[in-house]
Amino acid sequence: MSEPKLTRTVIVTNPQGLHARPADLFVRLATRFAAKVEVVKDHERVDGKSILAIMTLAATEGTRLSIEADGPDAQQALDALSALVEQDFAENENSHS
Amino acid sequence: MKFADFVSRDAIKADLAADDKQSVIREMVQALLGANKIAAEEFDSIVKAILKREELGSTGIGRGVAVPHTKHPSVERLVGTVAVSAEGVDFNSLDGEKVHLFFLLISPPDRPGDHLRALENVSRQLRDETFCRFLKQAKNADDIVTLLDEADNNQFVS
Repeated sequence: MSEPKLTRTVIVTNPQGLHARPADLFVRLATRFAAKVEVVKDHERVDGKSILAIMTLAATEGTRLSIEADGPDAQQALDALSALVEQDFAENENSHS
Repeated sequence: MKFADFVSRDAIKADLAADDKQSVIREMVQALLGANKIAAEEFDSIVKAILKREELGSTGIGRGVAVPHTKHPSVERLVGTVAVSAEGVDFNSLDGEKVHLFFLLISPPDRPGDHLRALENVSRQLRDETFCRFLKQAKNADDIVTLLDEADNNQFVS
């Protein structure tokens, strides 16, 4: 049995862009899923579970990113990761430590 | 963005004396002060801001690398420096490993793009094992400058 690869496009709305802390949060969340996660910016495709890789995208505010997930929990991974990006990486909350 | 665009050569340290997070940050900011990149009266405020950022989550991003940083209104352009610790420092890094390579960045609050491009450069170069290994083996600041220049000339990234 094989699951199709799923893709979701998101726009970075955080005014600071995808800097170190959001990249860390993204990778922490992505690694909770079994699915392979990749992030695509223009023609650049990187491993969504590597903070070094995510930071090389230098995704500023307004950047369009495609998140791709491939695996049994791909749908859940995409839902969670796109929600994280769309909520500005919860940077306005104090609950994350 | 290249290392030469934000790394202050006079503030590079090949032989960090510090052996904990707070003293690494103090030593690196002190080096920037010595290189006249920051104002003396801002020293405490900058160190405090960088430590506060570390409380949100360590900037020890794995592979023995950390990028302590902050935004600070006292700088007009991105300033940064590089330091190497042969012994390694416990930095609560994401992978639990000791940190040997430090890239410290202070950026003006209104220039998030510059900060992102500096992070991009650091992370792109550090994905190369050879660059990391050579940097860790650097004996003095001149060795580090040479390596950064070679990286700027794309000698490590294919």
